[in-house]
This record gives sequence, C-alpha cells and structure tokens, in this order.
Amino acid sequence: MPPNAPPGLRLTRLTLRDFRSYPALETGFRGRIVVVTGENGAGKTNLLEAISLLGPGRGLRGARMGELGRRAPAGPLPWAAAGRFENAYGRFDIGTGTTPAAEGCGSAERRAWRLDNIPLRSAGELAERVAAVWLTPQMDRLFQEGASGRRRFLDRLVWALEPAHAREVAAYENAMAQRNRLLAEDSRDTAWLAALEDAMARHGVAVAAARRGLAARLNAVLAAGVTGAFPAARLDLLCPLCEALGRDPALAVEERLRTALAANRARDAAAGAAAAGAHRADMALWHLPKRLPAELCSTGEQKALLVAVVLAHAALIAEARGFAPLLLLDEVAAHLDAPRRQALFAALAALPAQAFLTGTDPALFAPLSGLAEGFRARPGILVPDEEFPLPECA
Amino acid sequence: MSESEPIERLVGLLAKLPGLGRRSARRAVLRMLMQPEALMLPLAAALREAAEAVRPCAVCGNLDTRSPCAICRDPRRERGVICVVEGVADLWALERAQVHRGLYHVLGGTLSALGGVGPEDLAIRPLLARVAEDGAEEVILALPATVDGATTAHYLTDRLRPTGVRVTRLAQGVPVGGALDVLDEGTLAAAVKARRPA
Repeated sequence: MPPNAPPGLRLTRLTLRDFRSYPALETGFRGRIVVVTGENGAGKTNLLEAISLLGPGRGLRGARMGELGRRAPAGPLPWAAAGRFENAYGRFDIGTGTTPAAEGCGSAERRAWRLDNIPLRSAGELAERVAAVWLTPQMDRLFQEGASGRRRFLDRLVWALEPAHAREVAAYENAMAQRNRLLAEDSRDTAWLAALEDAMARHGVAVAAARRGLAARLNAVLAAGVTGAFPAARLDLLCPLCEALGRDPALAVEERLRTALAANRARDAAAGAAAAGAHRADMALWHLPKRLPAELCSTGEQKALLVAVVLAHAALIAEARGFAPLLLLDEVAAHLDAPRRQALFAALAALPAQAFLTGTDPALFAPLSGLAEGFRARPGILVPDEEFPLPECA
Repeated sequence: MSESEPIERLVGLLAKLPGLGRRSARRAVLRMLMQPEALMLPLAAALREAAEAVRPCAVCGNLDTRSPCAICRDPRRERGVICVVEGVADLWALERAQVHRGLYHVLGGTLSALGGVGPEDLAIRPLLARVAEDGAEEVILALPATVDGATTAHYLTDRLRPTGVRVTRLAQGVPVGGALDVLDEGTLAAAVKARRPA
C-alpha cells in the first residue's frame, strides 16, 4: 500500500488529563506510523495504554480504574483520556475516564465513555468504531508461564472479534466457582450440582467453540502469508473439548462434559478444581519452518511469532469490521534482529493500519525515518523528534 | 449544608431505598417539607398502614393485605398453572402485562453457592408441596436469564420431575418491536436456537 493511501482508522489527536504519569497532554498525530522513544519510565507505555482505553475493555495492562489516575498524596486523581479519530466516513471523538461516584451510591468509581461528547451507556457501542491490538513486553513470558496466561491471551483474541465471548467465559467461570464451592462444602445436593454442571457444559462448549473458530480463522490468515516476512506459524488448541467439537456435534460434546463432571465430583472435590472443562484449555504456537513449539524457540523468534499472530489478528479484525485496528507495539523492536525489524517495518508500511511503536533506542527505528512521525517521551510530555521529519503524506 | 437531625435521619432512611442516592433523597425530602400537610403526613400514614397491613401470602409469597392473596383467592384464575418467579417485582411485571391467568409462586431469590443462597433459603419445598397437593398441570419457570436463574430453573426442573407436572420455561430471543441488527449475539443465538415452525 502506498504510504499516502487513506488508512481505515486513524488517531489524529490525543488529550490526557491526570492519566498515569501525564498531568496534562495534548498532542496531534499526523503519521500513519508513529514512533515514540524515550528512557525507561518516560511514559511511553502509559501513552499506548491511554490509546488502548479509547475502545472497550480494560486496556493493554488490564488495569483497574483506581490504578489509572495520576498519583497524588490523597490517592489517585480522577483521569480522562480523549481521542479524535478519522475514518473513511469522517471524524469522531471518543472520551473516557472517571465518573465521580454518585453521592451515596457506594465508593467505587465507574468508567464512563463519550462518543462525540454524548454519554454512552456501555463501551460495547464503541466496538463498531474503534479497535486496537497490542503487543507488550509482558507477553514475552507467554510461553514460559502457566496455561492461564495463554488462555487469557487466546480469549482476548476471540473477544475482539466476538464481544459475546466475554459473557460466555464469565458465565462459565461463575458456574464453575459455584460448583467448586458446593464441592468444598461437601454438599450432597446432586440436583444443585447437576444444575451448575449443566451451566458449565453449555457455556463451556460455547467458549470452546468460539476459541476453535478463532484458531481456524487465524491459521487461515497465517497460512496465507499475510504477515509478510514473519515466520509461518500455526496456533494449536490443546483442549479436549475443542478436539471433540471437531468430531461430534456440540450437543453431544455438552452431554459428555455434563456426564464427566457428574462422574468426577469426588475427585474434583479432593483436587479443589474440575479436572475437565473449558478452563483446562491451553494453546501452542508453532514455528513452522523450524517445526518447533514457541517455548523451544529463542526469545527473538518468540517475539517474531507473536508479531505474526498480532498482525494476523489485525487482518481478521479488519476483515470483520471493515477497518484496520490500531496497532500498539510496545518495545517490539528490542528483541528482533535487524532483518526481522526490517520485516516488521515493511509489514507495517504495507498494512492499512495506523501503528504506534515505542522503544528506548531511537537508532532501532532509523529505517522508518521519512515514513514515520517521531516523538521523544519525557516525563509528562511528548516532544516531536527531529530525527523523524514528518512524512510528506501527512 | 446544615441539615437538622430529623431531616438528616429522613434523608438517611430514604437513601437506603433502591434507586435513591443521598442527592435524590434530599430532593424528595425538601419537596415534602414544602408541603408537609399535603405530602408528608399522608405519606407517613400510608407507610404505617402498609407496614401493618401488608404481609406475604402464605400460599404463593405475593404481598397483599390478606393471606391467601387476592390472586390466590380469585376463582377466575386457572388453578392448574403455576408461574414461578424470583421475586414479587417479577410477579407484578407479569400482572401488569396481563399475560398469565394462572397462579404464582415467589421463590424469594435464586440459587447462589457464592452468595450463600441454597435450596433451603428459597420457597422450593412449599412449591413441591403445592404441586403435589393441588395437582398442578403446568409449572412455568419465569426466572432471569442469568447463570443463577438458569441454575435454579434446572434445579427446579429436576426436583419437579417426580411429580409428573409439565415444566416449561420462558422463551428467549427477539423482543417484540425489536430490530435484529441491534441485538447482541447471545440473544440472537438464543432466538435462532428457539425458532419454531411459522
């Protein structure tokens, strides 16, 4: 794609008030690729987090409301983040931040959203307008840590495409927690247990089916080589429920899970957790040219695999929503060797998506000079980086 | 703001009610204080009267001044059909809609292992006794479409099975007057699953 073709979705202005390390920030973005460099603690990730919060969800750190306000002696301050976006149909403003808890209605602060300054009842309405995918250094440990982190990663991928997935996961976990409680209390109420196992079976199979669908779509994109010079990859679900769904109708899989849960009550009570179900799923990412699972690849190769997945996911969202999501790539260049960095930059230049990249070392981004807009992050502010003359297309 | 003690007490009591925060409670109190004779004393009398007279119906759990309640006593009601609801608010909603001509049974909640609500905390035993003794033909489970509501419905279906009564549940799907494109995926999926011959 030529660099001056109009992107699907573009953030052109960001305003922050008392958000993390930023007391007040107002900055415009004119590049389709934006590079933010700065020392550790300068606020680069905070900036990406603020952008990630302009859509539904808890952003790229999964932070709670109380963690987002700038610290003051009396506690975190109320915060606000606002973005101006442009898409094929014009421009619109999205704002989010703290609503002061209504007097007498409890102390919990709630997050509010505004679209063109009109309050939204829920963030779900934003999903049609904005989307962002991200890669953060925390994900570097994805393949070393336990399965729960990978399951969350997988569920976020599904959720970005199927908003109802979050509700199914929550319903499943709710039913499972209740069953665990009954088993821990040594309840003999088999009708109650059976009712909860029925909910686990229904929601668990829905969760597994959604994960299976995502894996199939993602693998199709990965196989088609949309991700450019990144290694061919394949995502395998390690989940008996997903495998069963490949062989049998969903209702039969539900019935089997129901039966298995009922049969294993004593064992599950002793273990304190259910031995079978959607919460046992794991995933493996394969480096196809090397025929190695990601956990056996080098750190740089793992990063390259994750970049491939994130780019493929962005392509899926673009296909589903009709616009390419924002790409937020935190410290992504650090682990990549020069050819891979070049491949990443080439892939970003070819994608219709607007990308925000951060890093400590401006030299790593030198190949983007002339293509990208650059900023230096200093505590609380962003300064245009003269090493990155504004691209002519802007 | 200086609020003398009776006002503050009134605001505090009103603010405990669902849907009222301190701000709305204060507004209501101010309004009443401007017309104590017209608003406040009649309200006080009505509150006292309701508190003394209204009690749960011993049969169905509805709130009424008499037990059995007016619905349970009504000879025009279909006595063979019992609609099970979570609370009195749901019973009132169904009555407003005038869609159910049978009797009701108020459970008083839904099963929640995490919330410490078990079968013994709900009016399940009285329901089973009613069905067995009165020979009901159908029990309609009108419970919320939440995990706890579905769990309770499943539990009741299981416990009612030995009585042989027909157990039905409310349908889930497209709301009346609703467009399809604004429905969430979960509701759409439920509607497609519950489709029926046209």
